Amino acid sequence: MKLELRGITKVFGTFVANDSIDLVVEPGQIHSLLGENGAGKSTLMNVLYGLYRPDGGQILLDEQPVRFGGPGDAMRAGIGMVHQHFMLVPPFTVAENVVLGHEPTSGGLLDLASARRTVREISSRFGFDLDPDAVVEDLPVGAQQRVEIIKALSRRAEILVLDEPTAVLTPHETDELMDIMRQLRDEGTSIVFITHKLREVKAVSDTITVIRRGKVVGTADPATDQTELASLMVGRAVELSLQKEAAEPGETALSVRGLGVTDPSGVTVLDDVDLDVASGEVLGIAGVQGNGQTELTEALLGLQKELRGSVRLDGKELVGRSTREILDAGVGFVPEDRTHDALVADFSVAENLVLDQHHRAPYGTGPVLHPRAVRERAVRDVAEYDVRTGSIDDPVSTLSGGNQQKVVMARALGRDLSLFIASQPTRGVDVGSIEFLHRRIIAERDKGTPVIIVSTELDEVIQLADRIAVMYRGGILGVVPADEDRDVLGLMMAGYTVEAAREAVAAGARTTDSQLVDEGEIA
Amino acid sequence: MTALDQSSPAAAPTPEPTRAGASGGAGERARRWWLLPTVLTALALIAVLVFGLLAPSDVQTAYRIAAPGDLNPGGIIPGDVPVPTKIAAIVLAVLALAVAVYLWVRAARGAMPRGRARVAVIVGFGVLWVLSFLTWAFKGATVDLGALLQTMMLLAVPLAFGALSGVLSERAGVINIAIEGQLLFGAFGAVLVGSVTGSAWAGLVAAPIMALVIGALLALFAIGYQVQQIIVGVVLNVFAIGLTSFFFGTVMKQNPGMFNQPLRLPTIRIPLLADIPIIGRVLFEQTVLVYLMWIIVAVLTVALFRTRWGLRVRAVGEHPRAADTVGIDVSRTRWSNVLLGSAVAGLGGATLTIGTGVAFGEEMSAGKGYIALAAMILGRYHPVGALLAALLFAFADALQLNLSSLPSGTGAGIPSQFLLMLPYIVTLFAVAGVVGRVRVPAADGVPYVKQ
Repeated sequence: MKLELRGITKVFGTFVANDSIDLVVEPGQIHSLLGENGAGKSTLMNVLYGLYRPDGGQILLDEQPVRFGGPGDAMRAGIGMVHQHFMLVPPFTVAENVVLGHEPTSGGLLDLASARRTVREISSRFGFDLDPDAVVEDLPVGAQQRVEIIKALSRRAEILVLDEPTAVLTPHETDELMDIMRQLRDEGTSIVFITHKLREVKAVSDTITVIRRGKVVGTADPATDQTELASLMVGRAVELSLQKEAAEPGETALSVRGLGVTDPSGVTVLDDVDLDVASGEVLGIAGVQGNGQTELTEALLGLQKELRGSVRLDGKELVGRSTREILDAGVGFVPEDRTHDALVADFSVAENLVLDQHHRAPYGTGPVLHPRAVRERAVRDVAEYDVRTGSIDDPVSTLSGGNQQKVVMARALGRDLSLFIASQPTRGVDVGSIEFLHRRIIAERDKGTPVIIVSTELDEVIQLADRIAVMYRGGILGVVPADEDRDVLGLMMAGYTVEAAREAVAAGARTTDSQLVDEGEIA
Repeated sequence: MTALDQSSPAAAPTPEPTRAGASGGAGERARRWWLLPTVLTALALIAVLVFGLLAPSDVQTAYRIAAPGDLNPGGIIPGDVPVPTKIAAIVLAVLALAVAVYLWVRAARGAMPRGRARVAVIVGFGVLWVLSFLTWAFKGATVDLGALLQTMMLLAVPLAFGALSGVLSERAGVINIAIEGQLLFGAFGAVLVGSVTGSAWAGLVAAPIMALVIGALLALFAIGYQVQQIIVGVVLNVFAIGLTSFFFGTVMKQNPGMFNQPLRLPTIRIPLLADIPIIGRVLFEQTVLVYLMWIIVAVLTVALFRTRWGLRVRAVGEHPRAADTVGIDVSRTRWSNVLLGSAVAGLGGATLTIGTGVAFGEEMSAGKGYIALAAMILGRYHPVGALLAALLFAFADALQLNLSSLPSGTGAGIPSQFLLMLPYIVTLFAVAGVVGRVRVPAADGVPYVKQ
């Protein structure tokens, strides 16, 4: 089926999310929609899927104009969507999730046998190994995504929209997904692939459309050079690789031994972690989301309750201390979720900048806050970090994601630190700000601070880290040098030990994008 | 296919795709595994001591099995069975203790019973313990099991209807604190319409319709205007009390013959079955409301878990956006479930008046809506569970009524104030004991905002 969007416009308040976007997806094609976070890709697809009503423009399927009142209409017209945040009901089984909304019945009751058959049929066609009776919340994310794909296919989708599908996958799973996409394309399904990851776009697309600030800024074919695509996406020349000096690690400053965390239901979520970080080095922690990274950083900050083991910073034990004591010991922390854990949305930029220090000189004495000192700090940080804000008194929630992240970073780095921990330091941040934030992190390292960076983006870990630890199921699988083969890291993220991963790679296990690197296709 | 798939060496560990964190948990003993055996042991020891060893040895407690007129061919079933209070209480308490010891043994082997087996053990313990308690509390008197169960059923029906209302609405994601108001409106509507028309049957039709008013207001504010649902519910309860009290104090007082007659739905007796000792009259000699309750529990159980409608309702209560993306109308589902629920609660209200043959009284629901809410939670948002929980609470209440009406000089002489607390203590402990293990619908109380 051929899909055409003509002049789609969507406005939220005064913000134009989609500004007269034109897009043509030919049948049997993988069409990538490339753009930064907040460029308007997801909005466009939600318009296509009937979740948002467009303020202007037209959707045409096989040259026929259509109007969608809701996702039901879009599905009936043959459009399927795999959402970035899965639209699966966690306590339902795979079969129940797949048939939800178009349930087969027999004699008034649900016909789950036929639902199971549907799941098995589509599973076997694509070589998925899915138990129709498995409960979705017990499945790993990769499998959940397959459930989403089956869900779309079981409704005979001819156009499949994949919204940032690789954000939650290991490199290996990403590769498998790309195979599935190619297989679907070859069977005649049109695919719209939304992403901000250049290497994936180059690996799988037939056509690329680049979107910036709600507008189509160009189309490209997959042979286009990666830096060129990035510049198109960001709107100016960007430096994709980070220039940094080699680390000059000093003495071991942080030493973690046997650190374990048990969650409230009695499950061990962090298991016997040993780590050493020297002053003046960056330890990168790689791993697929949800493998204990959150618990590790929170344990270091004293935010986890059921704690075992020991954490020594410059010889002082941190386990058993309160979070305030740990902060006072000079630990700077950037939590992974800035809106929930880092910022108070209704507080001003200035107030958010001193949240962790408000009780100490020069910002406060006893019960009194010193507004002038707070303002001075804010003015200084806003200038230094180039935070784009109308005023330091504006609520922090009015800032864009990238600028909010700069506030969080400025707060954590605004004093002398004995340890800096940043979790997902650039999640949802535009490419321009990423460059800046990365340079700040390296600058902190060069001041001699031990740094821990946790990121689920392997590229980011490789760029920043001097050594890389890979986390898998609550434990550290191994620590490798930063120049370790990318494929080895990818396999480790899937649970291979260092040795097994190296053997596998030596025996020729490569992922698509590293093959492309070999062929000189991408950087 | 990727090269990786073809060449992964067999030596490489192939990780099981399990969610992170699930690793260390399996095989470990649950924390606080000792809690349940300890509590049961303590309770059993108290029973042995207080109900048994401290009881006088020269009294008897009679258990009435077959009442006069029951189906009892040739007097096979004994009428009253007298047992020596002290010995019977001790035997029963020791049996309860044996259950607790069994749990210790299982715990020591690392094989604590889970799920249904666990519930079965707890229920078994509970029955033995309660029998031991009854033997002691009714010393020198007669435990009329049939009558006790009959009272329990009478008290359980409004709770069960109320809890089913909660199940319907909360499974779709709307918190229903307004059960109390729905019961009250149902009770009021049944009497009012029944009196005006002179027919209890008209009252039976009017009760759910009247309760729909509360349901519609709840849906309007909770779903339409996305007001905090607990607050709306509480406000609606206060509103229901105010409005019914106003009409009770004015028109109903002035002309009770016209507006507030004690009507009663006829009792439908199923011949023969109703004569079975102990359970006969409880199950087969009731008003249509009780039979309706059984039917609604059965139908709702099948509907919620075996039909298209149920799957959609539960999807809306768990993940409304997911439901929306497959074309399910979230608002309409929630509206219809809240309305349906309130109608069911209206039937519960009717039980309070035309089901028992009393006129309407001010605030006559007397907190039953809140107990129904507790029954819904204890019943894990399941119709059958809700019914069982309602029966449990009602049993405690029935026991309280029976004990406080014992002739003086018999019984254990428990102060009546303590007896009055009994149902609430049972509620509190039962709910506290399961909270944390109950899985609340994930979107319960969260308004759904469509962009």
